[in-house]
Amino acid sequence: MAAGSPTDPTGRLVTLRRKVQLTIDGATLSVSEGSTILDAAKSLGIDTPTLCFAQNLTPANACRVCVVELEGARTLVPSCARRVEPGMVVHTDSARVRDARRTVLELLASSVDMSATPKFAEWCERYGARPTRFGTPTPRPVVDDNALFVRDYAKCMLCYKCVEACGDDAQHTFAIAVAGRGAHATIATELDTPLPDSACVFCGNCVGVCPTGALQFRAEHELREADAWDESRQSQIDTICPYCGVGCSLTLHVQDERIVKVTSPVGSEVTHGHLCVKGRFGFEYLGKR
Amino acid sequence: MFGAGGGTSSYREVGETDVVLLWGSNARETHPIFFHHVLRAIDRGARLYVIDPRKTPSTAWATRHLAPHVGTDIELAHAVAHVLIHEGLVDETFIRRATAGFEDFKASVERWTPEAAEAATSVPAALIREMARDFGRADRAMICWTLGITEHHDAVDNVLSLINLALLTGHVGKWGSGVNPLRGQNNVQGGGDAGALPHKLPGFQDVEDDEIRARYERAWGATIPPKKGWHLTDQLHAMERRELRALYCLGENPAQSEADAHRVRKLLRELDHLVVQDLFLTKTAELAHVVLPAAASLGESEGTVTNSERRVQRLRRAVPPPMGARDDIWIIAELSKRLGHDLGTTHAEAIWDEMRALSPMHRGMSYARLEALGGIQWPCPDETHPGTPFLHDRLWAEPRVGPPAPFHVVHPEPPVEALTPEYPLRLTTGRRLSDYNTGVQSGAFASPLRRALETIDLAPQDLVRFGVREGERVRVRSRRGAVEAPVRADPRLPAGLAFMTLHRPEQVDTNLLTIEATDPRAGTAEFKAAAICIERLDVPLQSEPGE
Amino acid sequence: MDLKSIDALPTDDEREAIERVLATQPEPTRDLLLPVLRAIQARVGFVSKGALAHACDRLQVPPAEAWGIATFYHLIATRPAPRTVLHVCDDVACRARGSERITKALASRFAPEAAAHHDACWKRSPCLGQCERAPAALRIRAGEPVEERALGGLDAVSAMDALRGETIAVPAPASIQQPRDSLRLLARVGVVDPESLDDYRAHGGYAALRRAHELGASWVLREVSDAKLLGRGGAGFPAGRKWGAVASQPARPRYVVCNADESEPGTFKDRVLMEGDPFAIVEAITLAAFAVSAERAFVYVRGEYPLAAARLEHAIASARRRGLLGESVMGHAQRLEIEVRRGAGAYICGEETALLESLEGRRGEPRAKPPFPVEQGLFGKPTLVNNVETLAAALLIVRDGAPAFTALGTPESSGTRLFCLSGDVTRPGVYEVPMGLTLRALIALAGGATHGLAGVLLGGAAGTFVGPDELDLKLTFEDTRRAGATLGSGVVIVFREGTDFRAVVHGLAGFFRHESCGQCVPCRVGTTKVDDLLARVRAGTPDGTWDDERDRLRELGHVLREASICGLGQAAASALESATQRFAIWPAAMPTPTPTPSNGGKA
Ligand SMILES: Cc1cc2nc3c(=O)[nH]c(=O)nc-3n(C[C@H](O)[C@H](O)[C@H](O)COP(=O)(O)O)c2cc1C
Ligand code: SF4
Ligand code: SF4
Ligand code: SF4
Ligand code: FES
Ligand code: FES
Repeated sequence: MAAGSPTDPTGRLVTLRRKVQLTIDGATLSVSEGSTILDAAKSLGIDTPTLCFAQNLTPANACRVCVVELEGARTLVPSCARRVEPGMVVHTDSARVRDARRTVLELLASSVDMSATPKFAEWCERYGARPTRFGTPTPRPVVDDNALFVRDYAKCMLCYKCVEACGDDAQHTFAIAVAGRGAHATIATELDTPLPDSACVFCGNCVGVCPTGALQFRAEHELREADAWDESRQSQIDTICPYCGVGCSLTLHVQDERIVKVTSPVGSEVTHGHLCVKGRFGFEYLGKR
Repeated sequence: MFGAGGGTSSYREVGETDVVLLWGSNARETHPIFFHHVLRAIDRGARLYVIDPRKTPSTAWATRHLAPHVGTDIELAHAVAHVLIHEGLVDETFIRRATAGFEDFKASVERWTPEAAEAATSVPAALIREMARDFGRADRAMICWTLGITEHHDAVDNVLSLINLALLTGHVGKWGSGVNPLRGQNNVQGGGDAGALPHKLPGFQDVEDDEIRARYERAWGATIPPKKGWHLTDQLHAMERRELRALYCLGENPAQSEADAHRVRKLLRELDHLVVQDLFLTKTAELAHVVLPAAASLGESEGTVTNSERRVQRLRRAVPPPMGARDDIWIIAELSKRLGHDLGTTHAEAIWDEMRALSPMHRGMSYARLEALGGIQWPCPDETHPGTPFLHDRLWAEPRVGPPAPFHVVHPEPPVEALTPEYPLRLTTGRRLSDYNTGVQSGAFASPLRRALETIDLAPQDLVRFGVREGERVRVRSRRGAVEAPVRADPRLPAGLAFMTLHRPEQVDTNLLTIEATDPRAGTAEFKAAAICIERLDVPLQSEPGE
Repeated sequence: MDLKSIDALPTDDEREAIERVLATQPEPTRDLLLPVLRAIQARVGFVSKGALAHACDRLQVPPAEAWGIATFYHLIATRPAPRTVLHVCDDVACRARGSERITKALASRFAPEAAAHHDACWKRSPCLGQCERAPAALRIRAGEPVEERALGGLDAVSAMDALRGETIAVPAPASIQQPRDSLRLLARVGVVDPESLDDYRAHGGYAALRRAHELGASWVLREVSDAKLLGRGGAGFPAGRKWGAVASQPARPRYVVCNADESEPGTFKDRVLMEGDPFAIVEAITLAAFAVSAERAFVYVRGEYPLAAARLEHAIASARRRGLLGESVMGHAQRLEIEVRRGAGAYICGEETALLESLEGRRGEPRAKPPFPVEQGLFGKPTLVNNVETLAAALLIVRDGAPAFTALGTPESSGTRLFCLSGDVTRPGVYEVPMGLTLRALIALAGGATHGLAGVLLGGAAGTFVGPDELDLKLTFEDTRRAGATLGSGVVIVFREGTDFRAVVHGLAGFFRHESCGQCVPCRVGTTKVDDLLARVRAGTPDGTWDDERDRLRELGHVLREASICGLGQAAASALESATQRFAIWPAAMPTPTPTPSNGGKA
């Protein structure tokens, strides 16, 4: 959850955060206390791959594709979760880092269908990762148990984001959790109950945060199955939910004059990127006139 | 409030407050993303009090749930005030500096000891005390409410009784404290902003103030009737008196959404001319002489809406409307033209700029800024102003700036319709998570949460009391009409209280039952408190009121 | 919370088992989830839908989360299972002692996990912490009361009998095999009656706590610090620094957690202490809690240690009855309650932050550090986590003073230390020796190798192999660190000549694959890939050339070590890497560098 900035008693935002000085790839910079190494690197224009990190969720720390070298630390550290400390010396592109990132990408590609993950191919190229080096993922059947979205866990890399979005980072419904252990870990409802019989309230916030396309809204899933999903033909238009008076920001993803997906901007002060079932799925009346 | 017509706080403050009184609201289901902010507060250790006759998903998150009888909110609020006053939990400095009318108010709540309120509301006195103490002692505390407070014949008094509590404790006008109505519909607030109120011009300017009116008349080159107009309920009365003969109805479905639907439909049918502008051929549109198909606000229109934290946000067009449907602005302008007055430009931004020119509180909100800042909370008087997260900080200025905030002496009144042996059950209405109002929009997507059948929900004891079984279809009757619906046992309901939604009038036309007893100041009907009885279908119908 | 309940009801047995756990606490809090799941398992042999439903309702835990937790622990079954389960150890030390004959025999009769014979089944298990009497097994028979028995010295016949439910005589472990006069940590083990507080006091018990109360907490902190006691759980962190850090935190309450999860393959020293001298552990925890001002402490005992848990429970109850715990410890202004919490089959729960998660009623997934437990530990509060042996050593330090402790060992590695000898060694058992003894001397103390010595696994699965030419390695933190080895949890597994080290490292790889919590990609996927790769090595079927496989293994080692969240993943390839440097792991067809001439041990 994006942490609230401190405020003075009259509510004026206080931006008196102390600054922390550190060095990244030879450049010295100052960032606000509480920032992460990832934030600091971003401010230098360094593009760090991330998968399990999202601005509106607590860092899950799980994918390790964002690791960097921190002088004095025994191992590499996850830049998305590690907060800056004065005097840190960080390397984001050393051989240690590149080797680790490359193998992480290869391990992912060997065990998960990453084909629908934005930027994954680009990262593989950047780090010289050969996706099939450690084998190929085993197929799994798509879980299709409700009208609104499908779950294709062959694409699940266990980033924990859906669990956090469904849980105490946003929705507080706790319909899904990680079950099993180690290589057998999966995202599941209790006893693998179908979603409509579970606690799920179909907010779609899990789908909204899924980085790999393991969770897909039905329209997207069907278009992809038909090989008709084409982001280059899509536009994204921000507007406001037509239902209750909370006034959530919606991003309508439109392909060929049809709404194919609804998300919410993570930076929205109203939604922090999360919606309820009506805002997420309640647009279909447009097409039913 | 205090004349400004909007919630005083921002959502972000809700997440940072220490005590929340959620009064007459099941926000977890009806305002889910607002409730995310409440959850943030709870995760930080805030205490949530939910005041609702029913147990709901919201009460499940509450530190304490207070379940008063329907329509006894003022008694409860007065008792809270009583505790605050008698236990020295009021902010005397604030009261002295920033408010007026304290002594009269104090006298008016004197008889409402927690024990007296317990007798009236059924809420244990100890719980009332606990809530009052938490509210009074908190650094930051908020009161938020929805239709449970406003859908009553004494809606305005209900609201005033809550505002009194904020004034007693100084829980208004500062970060994290405030009084906030959660709007039921996406642009109730924006409609008000734009002057879609019988007594206001855009920007909440008083229509009966000659100077103000003159300013608008100059800008518009037209005369504005100097008297305030009718709100919906007034309009229905005027139809009854045959004073109002033609109606232009935009995006409303009164034939189904208004209380006492038999009566409303009859009145609509009897009009000389009814024009309905809507996305759908609604029940109201079916009664119309002319139907104007309109573009939807979602994805088909440009413009702005204002939410419950006074945030003005942009609507954008993403897809074309269906064949034949036109933009609301275009339709209105065209009508105007054909009626002989050319409004000139029909561009959404130009109209907004006109509004900004006339309404000081919107002045700084150019489209460019609205987009850059992700919406702006009014008031925003100029283009350097960041917008206003919370209202009324003037009340904390020393010495006070502007007029004092008045306490209001209000008196509890029971619901218009008393329970009688003939109509022994209280019917209250509400929403469920994945549905909305009469379902014309929300009904179109296949929600896995929607039940196959609309039901009348009763406490299990009432099933026994009326000798009906779960799932059995019964006749639900009020003094105004009757509907049939299957019974569902809901252990979350207290005995004597029945619950229905308005979501699927094609299945169960709940508004045939509800009472059109309206607060003259607010124009909202008492959806939350009709008296009904239920009858088994094997018992023959005695009389069929209405149609 | 607006939880949605599971639509199922518990049986009377299940309900009763759950309620009995809840009755032990003032409020039904989330941290009771694991105890509740364990109680259900103990009563009926698996967690049914109805039982899960009732547990969730009573503890207000979302069902999906509870399911995630139940399926995390290997001793909790989430599908109907026979009442009797024989967990047969299939790990390094037992394999060295022929456990494969047992598992083969069992497998030829019954498919693992499926034998519906006599309402019983068997499962392969990672190390059960009974390595000194390998081959070992643990039989759990659900019911009221549950029967949990560690079995040792098994063969195919007795294992079959055990599975049939027959009572089989188990020789009590003769864990201590060295002259008693040199014993300090182990001095009372096998001497004192572990169920008698009076006997414990007669053998010097509670002298240390009395002294601590007399001299005060800051004296205790200084003494532990001066003794330069290094943690015995594996990481070797200075105990004095940790104690001081907790004591100086502003936040309250504070907690002490005794890490008795002991699951590192080949480790059983903590079990010997807890079973043989449980009051000492209770006193040691009381002492630590006094030093850091904690009023609540937990001992997290691995699920496979029924006897240790029972002895500790008994000791705690006796101590409380006698005013040695509770509102006023020994009449002094110290308040303390200690609770035993049992694990449920997860090696990772020995990692301190995973342990804390598990104690809080969550999946045992390690947390990111920082923040460290000393700042934000159990329930987010400052927490002292120490290994059983570390605490026992602290007790000695306070009783005898820091100088007596530092008089033994080396300047950097002070005191004595427990080593767990197993495998092909004449007298397997726990040995207490001053730090600095050579590996050779230690093995000699245990009677030497039984069939020649091809190598030693030092430190456990997360440790390193040592070759026969490196036995002069001094057993200290500094010497092992210099040699690129580790003492780990004091494991010394001896392998005979002719050992198939490919099979051994493949077994280790299987262990890590099985025990990875699954949270982070390098470990979850990497341990699987290492295991697959070793299977190919054993089968002689490389994916590409052996050089490709070597590259893969090197990169897997790198990513595991560098990018895993916790020590499990970080160390998952270390033993394997040390083995490839010493033994013929790679098929002969490929050029292997000659076994490294002891650059480690003698450096
Ligand atoms: C995978 C893994 C398993 C561990 N298992 C244990 C264990 O069973 N017992 C233990 O005391 N420490 C274990 N540790 C070490 C603990 O994390 C922690 O360092 C130790 O409990 C601290 O106590 P000490 O300072 O007294 O050694 C383990 C560490 C890892 C990474
Ligand atoms: S749709 Fe919402 S409630 Fe359902 S699993 Fe996803 S996040 Fe949870
Ligand atoms: S389903 Fe998606 S969001 Fe959830 S863990 Fe898998 S990859 Fe992450
Ligand atoms: S290294 Fe392994 S055991 Fe440790 S957190 Fe990662 S997956 Fe879990
Ligand atoms: S993005 Fe940092 S660990 Fe996944
Ligand atoms: S008990 Fe079998 S290896 Fe330890």
